[in-house]
Amino acid sequence: MILQGADALIECLKQEGVEVVFGYPGGAVLTLYDALYNSQFPHVLTKHEQGAVHAADGYARVTGKVGVCIATSGPGATNLITGIATAYMDSVPLVAITGQVGVSLIGKDSFQEADICGITTPISKHNYLVKRAQDLPRVIKEAFYIARTGRPGPVVIDIAKDVFAATMDYEYPTEVSLRGYKPLFAGDEEVLRVCLEELRQAKKPLLFVGGGATISNMAPEIRKFVNATGIPVISSLMGLGVVPGDSSEHLGMVGMHGTYAANMATVECDLLLGVGVRFDDRVTGSVEHFAANAKILHFDIDPAEINKNVCATIKVVGDLAWSLPLFNKLVKDFAPDIKEQTASWREQTAIWKQDKPMTYKSREGVIMPQQVIAKLNELAEDAIVVTDVGQHQMWTAQFFNFRQARAFVTSGGLGTMGYGLPAAIGAQIGLPDKKVIVFCGDGGIMMNCQELATAADNGFPVKVIVMNNQVLGMVSQWQRLFYGERYSHTSLKGRTDYVKLAEAMGVTGFKAEHPGELEDILKKALATSGPVLVEVALPSDEDVMPMVPPGGCLDKMILGEC
Amino acid sequence: MKYTLAVLVENRPGVLTHISGLISRRAFNIESIAAGHSEEVDTTRITIDVEVDDELELEQVVHQLSKLVDVIKIVNLTRVDHIERELALIKVKASKVNRSDLVDIVEIFRAKIVDVNRETMVVELTGEASKIDALCEVLVDFGIIEIVRTGKIALSRGPIAAKEM
Ligand SMILES: Cc1ncc(C[n+]2csc(CCOP(=O)(O)OP(=O)(O)O)c2C)c(N)n1
Repeated sequence: MILQGADALIECLKQEGVEVVFGYPGGAVLTLYDALYNSQFPHVLTKHEQGAVHAADGYARVTGKVGVCIATSGPGATNLITGIATAYMDSVPLVAITGQVGVSLIGKDSFQEADICGITTPISKHNYLVKRAQDLPRVIKEAFYIARTGRPGPVVIDIAKDVFAATMDYEYPTEVSLRGYKPLFAGDEEVLRVCLEELRQAKKPLLFVGGGATISNMAPEIRKFVNATGIPVISSLMGLGVVPGDSSEHLGMVGMHGTYAANMATVECDLLLGVGVRFDDRVTGSVEHFAANAKILHFDIDPAEINKNVCATIKVVGDLAWSLPLFNKLVKDFAPDIKEQTASWREQTAIWKQDKPMTYKSREGVIMPQQVIAKLNELAEDAIVVTDVGQHQMWTAQFFNFRQARAFVTSGGLGTMGYGLPAAIGAQIGLPDKKVIVFCGDGGIMMNCQELATAADNGFPVKVIVMNNQVLGMVSQWQRLFYGERYSHTSLKGRTDYVKLAEAMGVTGFKAEHPGELEDILKKALATSGPVLVEVALPSDEDVMPMVPPGGCLDKMILGEC
Repeated sequence: MKYTLAVLVENRPGVLTHISGLISRRAFNIESIAAGHSEEVDTTRITIDVEVDDELELEQVVHQLSKLVDVIKIVNLTRVDHIERELALIKVKASKVNRSDLVDIVEIFRAKIVDVNRETMVVELTGEASKIDALCEVLVDFGIIEIVRTGKIALSRGPIAAKEM
């Protein structure tokens, strides 16, 4: 079939089962946009390319499908960079298509030229520069394959402008052949038997689940394992929801702002079974002291994760979808024994949990941030919860009880402010029947607030909660604790009226200032159709607690009111 | 500890960017890197000399490099019986007076003189890096004008190719 490059690209997207693309047009992709126009391919026009890439990311995280975004050359493409890096750090499958200047203009500092492959090399799983139309189908096939398989990640396809207009003999390849890319599935079964032996020896085993468990859709296997063995569980930020937050075995999030029980259990355990985790510094604190009494069994698909930050006693390299079902089978017969011999350990963890639960101190006449999260946890337990980055993100992790995997969308690895709102829009498009709630700080909302208009113009009914503490909360907390209360440039006391901002863009706005009205306003917001923004007035000086100072030991937490 | 890796990669534009980008991003300590065609048209072979603290760090280098889509295979040649060579071209001052001394030295090192003019000579030497270092040290006395070195390449002894190891 003879096709123009642009039409061929759209054919390829259809072949890959792409339902929607997020993008923003410009000179280098005009021909592509013309083809979108002709084909009526579903496209969401965001107000900024950063919005497009985060939306594609949010879509991908909740659906597990590959998110797709499009931008023009130069500034359009560079506006994607933060989003690509965000997706890379959290292993999100993404294909970013960028226009490039015409082939003959490449390398001449032409108008709107930027070396996107050069720029994205360290922040993408792979990238391509396409200069010939006939390469397009193969490259797109490979890009989707690479993005979604193995450890997922973003792939960038930079396409020279002339490729869109050139004609070609289109045929979509049925297979990919990449000599250097053979995503691993099965590993060494023998190692699983060794793990079983270790588990049977252990008196104080602890299961540590992370984002890999979500990505591989292995939450059901993990729940099975936990139910059978009764082994206590801790989560990384990215692993929340893999086991139900309110299950008795779940001790909560571990690390810098982890729960007392999760952190104490990590220090005390004699066996740590890490599943789809990468032992980030926000989790480990001091690496030397991390789980110092424990043998570490590390299950991961990426061999480069093993022994990167902490040394594993046993490595189980392979897809969790291979290792966990097999491991469950092996464990099955011994599960009752394991449960019995770990009974006193389980009791100990339960005592930690009971002694120092996640709490906060109320203040007279003031809405507390934790209370907002806890209230929405009551009112919208099935919601998809998205956050921006900062204190509110940690409070959400602590006080929202995630019941499902893929129900919590947050920028973990990169910690990208401005991520929340556009990611929520993407999540809403991916799951149109779900309630999508996004918590933002008054700082972060302003980084991509233009996307309120995207929500309003398209009727995406996201519920935006602006946690207005009038400060860059997380930074000011560090200034309070470690910089002698010198609040350098973290005050946001200004003249912005967030309700009016919302209304100006066509989003319904509410404001909650008193504890007495909070519940009603939140209920009203949830019941209102279309996008809604709720500004909640909060104190400026509340700290996220517990806190392990950076590089500290997990049992040396500042507890605050907890 | 120093290790020698043979890295087989797709012969495609952008490959070297990916490799060098990874090395600098992960702050790996690379002592030498040499790339060129191999026995297969679509494969480039890169010899990398890496300095690491221990085997764990080496494992990181290998695993991270392996993750690059263009990297087909990595073979650690350090413990395999192998040959290492580097090529150097050295331009030295050579006046009438000391030219014969220079020729003597070149002979002792089994090097070659590949260019001569009234003021200078270019000496070519192939060998292990230490031998090239030694020659350069001696030539300093004559006055070295410029040096170019290829970086180390390595090949295993015996009948098996790296792609089959
Ligand atoms: C793009 C970006 N810039 C800067 C930071 C550093 N940073 C981390 S948290 C934070 C404060 C966030 O303040 P706000 O959005 O008001 O949320 P709060 O912490 O008050 O909940 C800042 C500036 C970041 N994470 N991302």
